[in-house]
Amino acid sequence: MILKRFAIYLIRVFSLLFAVSVISFALVSASPVDPVQQYIMGAGPVSGEQRSEIEAYWGVDRPAAERYFSWTSALLHGDFGVSLLYRRPVIEIISERFRNSLALMMCAWVFSGVIGYSLGCVMGMNRDRWQDKIIRKLCYLLGSIPTFWIGLVFLMVFAVVLGWFPVGFSTPIGMRDSEVTIWQRLHHLVLPAFTLSLMSFSNTALHTRQKMIDVMNSEYILFARARGEGRWTLFWRHGLRNTVLPAVTLQFASFAELFGGSVLAENVFSYPGLGSAVAAAGLNSDVPLLLGITLFSTLFVCVGNMTANLLYGIIDPQIREVRQ
Amino acid sequence: MKRDKNRWNKRTKVLILTVMLTVVLLFIYMIGLLIPGEAAGTDLRHAGQAPSWAHLFGTDNLGRDLLMRSLKGLSVSMTVGIAASCISAVIAILVGIAAAIGSRHVDGVVNWIIDLMMGIPHTVLIILISFSLGRGLRGVLAGIAATHWTSLARLIRGEVLQLRSQHYIAVSRRLGKTSGWIMIHHMLPHLAPQFTVGLILMFPHAILHEASISFLGYGLPPEQPAIGIILAESMRYLSAGMWWMAVLPGLMLVVIVLMIDRMGENLRKVIDPCSAQE
Amino acid sequence: MANKQDVPVLEVDGLSVSFRMYDDTDNMLAQKNLQVISDLSMHVHAGEVLAVAGSSGSGKSLLASAILGILPENAAVGGAMRYQGQEMTPDSQRRLRGTEIALVPQSVSFLDPLMRVGAQVHGDGRAHIFRRLGLPEETVSCYPFQLSGGMARRVLVSTALITNAQLIIADEPTPGMSLDQALEALRFFRETADDGKAVILITHDIDLAFSFADRIAVFYAGMIVETARAEDFSTGADALRHPYTKALWRALPQNGFEPIAGFQPYAGSMPKGCPFAPRCSFRSPRCEQEIPPIRDLCEGEVRCFYAQPHQGKYA
Repeated sequence: MILKRFAIYLIRVFSLLFAVSVISFALVSASPVDPVQQYIMGAGPVSGEQRSEIEAYWGVDRPAAERYFSWTSALLHGDFGVSLLYRRPVIEIISERFRNSLALMMCAWVFSGVIGYSLGCVMGMNRDRWQDKIIRKLCYLLGSIPTFWIGLVFLMVFAVVLGWFPVGFSTPIGMRDSEVTIWQRLHHLVLPAFTLSLMSFSNTALHTRQKMIDVMNSEYILFARARGEGRWTLFWRHGLRNTVLPAVTLQFASFAELFGGSVLAENVFSYPGLGSAVAAAGLNSDVPLLLGITLFSTLFVCVGNMTANLLYGIIDPQIREVRQ
Repeated sequence: MKRDKNRWNKRTKVLILTVMLTVVLLFIYMIGLLIPGEAAGTDLRHAGQAPSWAHLFGTDNLGRDLLMRSLKGLSVSMTVGIAASCISAVIAILVGIAAAIGSRHVDGVVNWIIDLMMGIPHTVLIILISFSLGRGLRGVLAGIAATHWTSLARLIRGEVLQLRSQHYIAVSRRLGKTSGWIMIHHMLPHLAPQFTVGLILMFPHAILHEASISFLGYGLPPEQPAIGIILAESMRYLSAGMWWMAVLPGLMLVVIVLMIDRMGENLRKVIDPCSAQE
Repeated sequence: MANKQDVPVLEVDGLSVSFRMYDDTDNMLAQKNLQVISDLSMHVHAGEVLAVAGSSGSGKSLLASAILGILPENAAVGGAMRYQGQEMTPDSQRRLRGTEIALVPQSVSFLDPLMRVGAQVHGDGRAHIFRRLGLPEETVSCYPFQLSGGMARRVLVSTALITNAQLIIADEPTPGMSLDQALEALRFFRETADDGKAVILITHDIDLAFSFADRIAVFYAGMIVETARAEDFSTGADALRHPYTKALWRALPQNGFEPIAGFQPYAGSMPKGCPFAPRCSFRSPRCEQEIPPIRDLCEGEVRCFYAQPHQGKYA
């Protein structure tokens, strides 16, 4: 049962990835920017041999469909091409930068999940009281504030004026990677992660609020009260149990927004992750990197959605016990 | 009787508020459009000044008045955002109706496309589309239009499906009315309010996305004062302590977005009192 | 039947429940009160099953919530309630519910869907109670959705038995059950009462109620219009006191299946006088002007100006 679900999901993921590869390749091919020209311009003087190598990779004179197939067959062999911006294989850049981004995104993800869920519980347990009204207003307000502007303001207040945090990057400038301590990394991570988490917690909070209200209006809560359970017991025994799964699922399903937000947060804080790389790749016409990151981010989002789906099967007893 | 009068009053209040918001927004928009280029021109003698009575928002590194520049930038952002929303809304209504009245396959394809759109982070997709169109205004417009239609399309699909199961539609069909006739006489009047509210609530998102994308350096050329570009420029002068360059234009953007959002929500209350409770 | 000199386990005196409603989409000014239970008095003794019977929509389920003190926040409660002679306050209700007063809810949806039965029915002697109710030991590790209808019913009953409560309130325990299951369920309550506890059986099934209850309080539009002994129902319509009860009796399948014309008024659109007046064939102008007070009649109670003692038996 679960295997079948998983298999169907895998097929969906691959069909999506395939479609994304076609669409992104088509978009890039349609661009007025000539990749080979860009490549050569960026590379400085190139020998005729190098030039023909590059042209062979991109196959400029061949039709788009043929180029697409040679690109994808290279992809399947693990060859994502070479980034013209960084002069290194795309796959290397992605794996290195993804580690940075993952640290940032996971911190923000956990933080926004915990804060959003807690605030949602506070609102749901105090429906229409002042706590609920204030937090709800705050959530709606945050939805109207652009992430990158909050980042700018934080940068200004906490890094420039107060000097509590460094102005940018993931490590102190001029230090070699091996010398950087975990504390220094964390220190550089706090502001961007906090900025990124502000973007997504209001969604989780409002969703949890609604769920908690539904639970508190349910018949089993009425019965639990009839059995003498107080507010706290109700919350610990029934409220948490019945709202945490939807919240976690929602968090996993929000990887797309998380990644999109990280593009902005990383640019504000000059954080060397995938997000700043994709923006730079687009601006500098680094086609291999742009395509590589697009595919990779799609995979990332798919993994999140798949986890959300599987989680339901594992945690919800209705699905789990029927399977046995 | 008393209850009806009360309801009417409340409705009127919301309506007046909505009209006022619209007028203020239009006013800001028009100012932005009408400001002559010189008002926000370069003036190196007054570069980098903090806010004062002469320059309420201060001036930037080139001595340009930031209030004028922000107003101009906002009207540019609003134009792009609203235009992109309109395109997106048209896509949404076409796709939504097609999914609802088309065959099962059409519905499947539409759902698959929506899944696809949700599968790529929007910022990445906009970057890609913008790159494909050679950056510039067209790229941003197309990028935002292409990414914002999904939820409205789902809403319209659901609405049409629900309408189709209504008895009076079945009766019309029995009476030999064509699908087109039913669409125009029975469906569109029901869809129009939903569509309008959906469209207006799309504005804030589109404007915020426009600002983000031009902040990243896509979109308009740097000479154009889009709000995202102003904020991107301000980043370079943060460490120099020129806080007003980032804070005030950004604040203005937030206020405008909040106002448009309020306008949309109010309109929703007027059109659909049931959903206004939550 | 219990001795009249005993202190009743529960005594309800002039209970009224109303809801503050805000007119939707309007402001707070349009607040109004919706009376759902008015001037309700009743008492139940140890060893006794009191059935509260009435058609759906008469507000009888709220009676259970009012006794337990778990009405929604916008409810206003008037009147007095005494548990074993002690005046009940919100504080004492909090202490009593779940320990001294137990509720048996209607259906399995009153159990937390994500909690195993064992976690929801816990306490000393669970194994014994499960055995007595014929529940297999494995029931403990089931989730509510895995229970069959009959098992679910018994699990719900077990939640009340495990508390050793002196007063058990069963809210509509029979709908959706086969006759056998319903009889079995009611037998539990009869046995519980015979063990010396007091049982209030809230039901719309008057037919089943009078075969297991000692007394029946007939609920109509938020009021008790009559309290009758179970025997009165077996005796026939003449032994009953209120026109509504008589009509109910005649509406039973075995007694002619004669429907009652008209509808029960809903809270918010109540007539000025007796709530049954619009449907009553004995009504007079007085019935339409004032609500009759409750009065004792032939070892029962009735809320009607014109109810007469039953000729043959009590005259």
